[in-house]
Amino acid sequence: MSDAGQSGSYEPGTLEREAASAETRKRWLLSLPAVVIIVLAAAGPLLVMVVYSFLAPGDYGNVKWEFSTDGWTSILMQRDIFDDTLQWADAHLSIFWRSLSLSLITTVSTLLIGVPTAWFIATRPPGKREFWLFLITVPFWTNLLVRTIAIQELIRAEGVINLVLLRLHIIQEPIQMMFTNFAIGFGMTYVYLPLMVLPVYAAVDKLDFRLVEAAHDLYAGRWVAFRRVILPLIKPGIIAGSILVFIPSLGAYVTPRVLGGGKNLMFGNLIELQFGAGRNWPLGAALSLTLMAGVMVALIWYVRVTSREERNG
Amino acid sequence: MTDQTGQSVPGGEIAVEADRISKIFQSGGDEVRALDDVSVAIKRNEFFTLLGPSGCGKTTLLRVIAGFEPPTMGALRLNGRDISRLPPNQRPVNTVFQNYALFPHMSVANNIAFGLEMLGKPKGEISKTVDEMLKLVQMEALKTRRTSEISGGQQQRVALARALAPHPEVLLLDEPLSALDLKLRKEMQIELKRLQSETGITFIFVTHDQEEALTMSDRVAVMSAGKILQVGSPKEIYARPAERFVANFIGESNFLDAVLSGTSVTLKAGRTFNVTPPEGVADGAVSVLVRPEHARVKPGAAGDGELAATVQTVVYSGDATVLHLRLATGELFKAKVPNTPGSGTLPGEGEAAAVIIAPGAVTVLRD
Repeated sequence: MSDAGQSGSYEPGTLEREAASAETRKRWLLSLPAVVIIVLAAAGPLLVMVVYSFLAPGDYGNVKWEFSTDGWTSILMQRDIFDDTLQWADAHLSIFWRSLSLSLITTVSTLLIGVPTAWFIATRPPGKREFWLFLITVPFWTNLLVRTIAIQELIRAEGVINLVLLRLHIIQEPIQMMFTNFAIGFGMTYVYLPLMVLPVYAAVDKLDFRLVEAAHDLYAGRWVAFRRVILPLIKPGIIAGSILVFIPSLGAYVTPRVLGGGKNLMFGNLIELQFGAGRNWPLGAALSLTLMAGVMVALIWYVRVTSREERNG
Repeated sequence: MTDQTGQSVPGGEIAVEADRISKIFQSGGDEVRALDDVSVAIKRNEFFTLLGPSGCGKTTLLRVIAGFEPPTMGALRLNGRDISRLPPNQRPVNTVFQNYALFPHMSVANNIAFGLEMLGKPKGEISKTVDEMLKLVQMEALKTRRTSEISGGQQQRVALARALAPHPEVLLLDEPLSALDLKLRKEMQIELKRLQSETGITFIFVTHDQEEALTMSDRVAVMSAGKILQVGSPKEIYARPAERFVANFIGESNFLDAVLSGTSVTLKAGRTFNVTPPEGVADGAVSVLVRPEHARVKPGAAGDGELAATVQTVVYSGDATVLHLRLATGELFKAKVPNTPGSGTLPGEGEAAAVIIAPGAVTVLRD
């Protein structure tokens, strides 16, 4: 260790410098597994996607190694099979729109259900919270497909909901819920609810309830205390929960496939289609990258907006 | 004078009156009696202190007055009106919380403005009052700061300003000084006293610090195990404690065995004093209190009217010397002798001494 005050009388020797560089090497070595994982798991596949999106589709899936921008242009354009001209096609756009609106609806409905649920759990006596948290996490133990099919049992024409409503003579004919946007939203809300509840629970758990008392003490009623004090303080949890719900919703694949049927495609199904029956890997790759970019833009916007509000508080 | 809701208040003497209030908490099948039949009347413009050890119910009583805890039994009146069932946001009462409970997502000014906004005051009036409050607690320079960016003492001032801004009828202070260091605490004690006389608001102050209670209060209520043991001015509480607990909790004490007969009490150690015993003490064996500083000690054998003792230890503590003595009866006795120039020689350890107790220094206690 060389002290700055002694640097005049004592120069760090080569031995020390070597020791320092050995130290640096060791650090690099230690971080190598992490670097490898990041490269293999994140950067690598991403690069493959970027490359594939600029290639031509192969005849039986896969790609042909020749440069083509068709993958990107066919996101919004369609090549006419007769005269080979590019034409505007809104089929994909309507799928984007459905994905976006269903994801927003899912986020809002998980918020509406999740915040009171998280509040309920966080305000139980300490010993009893674990039980409720346990119940929230139980669905994770089961395969997503199984859970989605269970929802199908609830909402299909001869399903539980319709049967109960028929028996109670509230409806005369079964309501068509399967293969509608409602079915997808319902299913996704169910599937992603824990992802909203858990971060909001963590935020409510951290909330200092004396601040709520202070608000009441200063003449705030229940609603104003919630809006002016509780909401701003649990906002980090709400932001985290919204992100955790919105992103997977946007790319959801199993739920729309099972509950939405073949007609109500979402973005995830569209991408899957290109890699499967569509045999258009470049388009699939371009769609994936578009989704990623969209999510990133949405995230940046969301975080900006919510943190600005906080500063004004 | 008008209260928060704009109604005029009749000019009664009593601001807050607790009428036989009990508060029972259920904790896992057990009943905890946090307040046990508490009655107390707090006067307008008074600096009233609830003093007691932790768990004595003083904070519970404060929370009942604030409205956070409904009383299990009894009534709470504010200016003669029963407010037992009124929610906290409808009571013209504000609280300075122990941990200050400042809103961390708001600036200093917004914290102070909060109560006024909730009362629906016009914007101009709010900003004027906020500025006045900032001036009152000398925090003008930190108006736009976040509450997380200021020191503990400053947070304390903001908490005070926030609670005072809506000009409540009663200000409740829940051990507000306990988190401050000694020097700051002393400053704030004087500051609080100043604020109370400047604003003319009734202060109800909760503390476990007996010195704080004595220096700041107009009147003190000493609490233990959910009951109020004694209410009185600091002087009364200190000089004439009614019970052993009160005497023990406030200041240093010597407890001696004695026999009471009418208005005279005879110590087991000899010597008789004229006393005014508190209510409910029957003739016979009693405990009496003698404060250590109310006894004088001189070396040598005890003369007439003096108590014979042996010095066990002598502790020098700067302004005074404390002698730990054993009386002829075997009872232990502490005497605190001020160290003034020319105060004479004190007996040394192991030597014989004579203890002289001043005529008015003996207080009969209700055990």
